[in-house]
Amino acid sequence: MGYDFSKKARILAKTGKGAATPVPNVQQPLLEARGITKIFGDLRANDTVDFSIVPGEIHALLGENGAGKSTLVKILFGSLQPNSGEIFWREKSVSIRSPSEARGLGIGMVFQHFSLFEALTVAENIALSFGRDTPLQAVSEQTRKLSRQYGLPLDPDALVGDLSVGQRQRIEIIRCLMQDPALIILDEPTSVLTPQEADTLFETLFRLRDEGRSILYISHRLEEVQRICSAATIMRHGKVVDACDPREETAASLASKMVGAEIANIERRQEPANDEVVLQLSNLVMDKSNPFAVALKDISLSVHAGEIVGIAGIAGNGQSELFEAISGETVQERADQVVIDGEPVGLLDISKRRAIGAAFIPEERLGHGAVPNMILSDNILLARHASDAEKFCKMGWMKIIAGKALRDVARRVSKVMDVRKSAENPPAGSLSGGNLQKFIVGRELDRQPDLLIVNQPTWGVDAGAAAHIRQSLIDLAASGSAVLMISQDLDEVFEVASSIAVMSEGNLSSPQPASSMTREQVGLLMAGSQAAMA
Amino acid sequence: MRIELQKRAGGSSVFAVLSPFVALLLTVLAGGIMFALLGKNPVFALYTYFVEPLADPWSREQILVKATPLVLIAIGLAVCFRSGNWNIGAEGQYLIGGMFGAAIPVLFNEWQSPLVLPLMLLMGMAGGALYAFIPAILKARFGTNEILTSLMLVYVAQQFVDWLVRGPWRDPKGFGFPGSKQFNESAVLPSLSSGSDVHLGALFAVVAAIAIWFVLTRTLKGFEIAVLGQSPRAGRFAGFSAKRLTIFVFLLSGALAGLAGISEVSGSVEKLDDKLSLGYGFAAIIVAFLGRLNPLGILAAGLVLALTYIGGEAAQISLGVSDRAARVFQGLLLFFVLACDTLIHYRIRLVSRLPKAGAA
Repeated sequence: MGYDFSKKARILAKTGKGAATPVPNVQQPLLEARGITKIFGDLRANDTVDFSIVPGEIHALLGENGAGKSTLVKILFGSLQPNSGEIFWREKSVSIRSPSEARGLGIGMVFQHFSLFEALTVAENIALSFGRDTPLQAVSEQTRKLSRQYGLPLDPDALVGDLSVGQRQRIEIIRCLMQDPALIILDEPTSVLTPQEADTLFETLFRLRDEGRSILYISHRLEEVQRICSAATIMRHGKVVDACDPREETAASLASKMVGAEIANIERRQEPANDEVVLQLSNLVMDKSNPFAVALKDISLSVHAGEIVGIAGIAGNGQSELFEAISGETVQERADQVVIDGEPVGLLDISKRRAIGAAFIPEERLGHGAVPNMILSDNILLARHASDAEKFCKMGWMKIIAGKALRDVARRVSKVMDVRKSAENPPAGSLSGGNLQKFIVGRELDRQPDLLIVNQPTWGVDAGAAAHIRQSLIDLAASGSAVLMISQDLDEVFEVASSIAVMSEGNLSSPQPASSMTREQVGLLMAGSQAAMA
Repeated sequence: MRIELQKRAGGSSVFAVLSPFVALLLTVLAGGIMFALLGKNPVFALYTYFVEPLADPWSREQILVKATPLVLIAIGLAVCFRSGNWNIGAEGQYLIGGMFGAAIPVLFNEWQSPLVLPLMLLMGMAGGALYAFIPAILKARFGTNEILTSLMLVYVAQQFVDWLVRGPWRDPKGFGFPGSKQFNESAVLPSLSSGSDVHLGALFAVVAAIAIWFVLTRTLKGFEIAVLGQSPRAGRFAGFSAKRLTIFVFLLSGALAGLAGISEVSGSVEKLDDKLSLGYGFAAIIVAFLGRLNPLGILAAGLVLALTYIGGEAAQISLGVSDRAARVFQGLLLFFVLACDTLIHYRIRLVSRLPKAGAA
C-alpha cells in the first residue's frame, strides 16, 4: 500500500509509539485499567473499576443497561475523563484525553449508531476520517484490500444510501481497521444485524483475533458471548462484579452474575384477588418503523385490577414500541388488539384511551412526557386536556384554557409528590430529573386512573425520588387500579411487581407470579433464552 | 483567538426584548454604509428613508395602506412558524386570494348589491386557503418539504394571474394595457374615513391581530400550536395530530393572505392588474420575525416594514437610488433580526486557543 493510514493518527498522540508492533509476551495485558471511578452528579457510573485485556483475545463486557459499560468504554476511548484511576497501555501509564489520542495509541471503536453520510460513497465516507491530503484513490484501494483480507465484502464506490445496515457496519469496521488498531472496541455490534450478518461478522472477528489484535465486545446476548469470547468482565451498578471465562459458564450462571442473584429477594405484599381484567392485549403485532426499532411479535397479556404487572427486559427489546402501542401513540390494525376497561380501543388515539380511564408515563421526560420550555401548569394540560376537558377547557368549542385550575393542580401535584422547584410554576426543563419524574407521575396519579402504563418509572432518578415513585405505584394498585410497569431495573421489578413478564426481541413471556420467579429465570428470559422456564 | 457561541442556561429575557431594536439599529448602520458606498450622503439618505415619510401626512397614510397586507399575511405566517410549518408561499396565496375575490366584479361587472363585497372577501379568503392547502396536503400526506412546494407555487400563481389580466380578464376598453375592468362601487372596499386611502382592510388587520393573539395565548388550539412547534413527540403524547395541524395552519395563513390580497385589490387598486405582486408575501416573513411571531408585535413590525417601502420610493425620487434599495433594507433587517435572536439563547465568548484538531 502506498499510504500509511495509521501514521496520521499516531502523530497526533503524544504517547503513540506505533500501534501494531508485535507484542513479545502474550501474557502481558495490552490494556489495563485500575481503579477507574467516574461520577455524574450523585451517580457513581464507574466505581473503582479494574479491567484488563490481553493481546489476541475477544473479551466480553457484560452487564445490564446502566451497569456502567458505556461509561467505561468511553473512558478507554478518551471521550470521557475518569475522576480517578489509571490506564496502562502496554504496561505504560497513559492518559487518553481524546478519541484521537486513543486512535494514536492503537485503539479503534465501532459505535452502535453509525456516523455516515448517505449521499457519499463508501470511499468518500472513509476518506472523511483522514486529512485533506489523503488521496481518495488510496482510500479506495485500501478499502478494497481490507475488505478482501477480512471477508467484509464492500464496494468502495457504492453510495452509502443504497447499502443495508450490515454493509454500513462494515464501512465503520474498515474505517477503524485503516488505522491498524491493536484493540478494537465493538459496542453492541449485532443489535442491528440479521443472524446471517452476525455470523459473517464473527468470522471477521476471529481473523482479527488470530492476527494478535484484541477485541472488546460489548453485548448482553449471552449466547453470542459464549460462542466467540474467551474472557468476560461483568459489571453491575457501576462495579465489576466478576471476571470469568464465559465458555466455562452456563447462560444461567452468566445471567445471574449480570443481574445479581445474590441480592436477597424483597418481601412482597399479598395482592388482593381480583378477576376484573382492566387491560387486555390480544395478538398485538407491530412492524418496525425504522431500522433501529423492534417489531412486536404476537403479544398477549392481561392486567387485572389491583395488580402490578412488571415487564422486565433489557432496553431496546421492544419496550418503547409496546408502550406506544398501548398508549395509542401508534394505533393498531384491529380494535380488539388492545382492550381497556372492556372497551376495544385498538383504533382509538391516546386522548380517547385516556378518556376511558387509562394514564401513561413515558420513558423520556423531556420532549415526550413534558415540554421542557413550558411551565408546569401547561405540562398538566399537556396530558390532561382531553380527560379533564370540563375542568381545564372552558367556553365550549372555544376551549379557553383555565389557567387558575391548572395552576391549582400543578400546586397539588407538587405537594403530594414532594416536587422541589426553584419557583412556584417554573418551566419543566428547570427541574432536576427526579423532581420532574415525580411531577409527571403525580400528574397522572392525580386523575386516579383505572389503568396506569409506565415505562422506566425511575430511570436516572435519585434513590429518594425512586422510592417515592415506587411507593405511589404500589398505593395506586392497592386502591384497585391496574398498573403495567415496564422496567429494566430488576430490583425495581421484584420490589414493586406482583407478577412478572419478560420482553426479549419483541416477544413477551407469559406473566408469572413474582413469588414464583427467580432472578436467574428472569435473567435468562432477558437474554432471549426461551428454555428458561422449562 | 476565535469567537464561540455558548448556550445560556435559561435564555436571556433582556435580549428577548432588546433583539428587534438592536436589529433595527444595525440595519440602519449597515444602510448608512451602503449609501456611503453608493456615493450618497448617508445622513441625508437615512433621513429621507426613515424620517421624512413620517413627517408627511400623505406618506403616513401610505404607510398604513402598505402595512395592512403585510400585517394580515404576517399574522398567518406567525401561526405557521410557531407550529413548525414553514409556509414561504404567502405571496402566491395573496395573489390567488385577490384573483378569487376579483372574479365576482370581473365576471359579473354589472351586479350591484350590498352582498357583493362580503362575498368577494369570502371568496378571497377561500382562494388563499385553497392555494395553501396544496403544500399542506402534500406535506401531511407524502412528507414533501413545504418550503419548496409553497415557494414554487408562488411562481405558478404569478404567471397565472399575469395570464388572466393579459388574456381572458383584460378590459377590452383598456387600450391593450394588462388589467381587468375597473370595479363598480359596490365592489370597492370603503375607506375608513372619507377622502382617505386607508381602507377597511386596516381594520381587518387589527381585528385579526387581536383575535389570533387571543387564540395563541388563551385557547387549547394555541397550546396545541406551541406544543407541536416545540416538541412534536410531546405533541403526539398529548394526542395532538401534527398532520391535522399542518393543514389547519396552512388554511388559516392562506385565508389571511387571501384576505390581504382581496383587500388590496378591492380597497387600493379597485381592479385586478399585473402589479399586484409586490413581494408583500415575502416581506411579511420579515414582519413575522421582527414582531417575534406575536400578532401584537406584528402590528408594530408591519409599520416598520411599510416604512421601508415608502422610504424607498422617496429615496428613489430625491436621491436617485434604485427602488431595489428597499429590498436590500428588508433583507438586512431579516438577517439582523435572526442574528440578534441568537443572543437570546447564546452568549458570545472569545476563546484564545484552538483545541487540538482530531483525526476524525
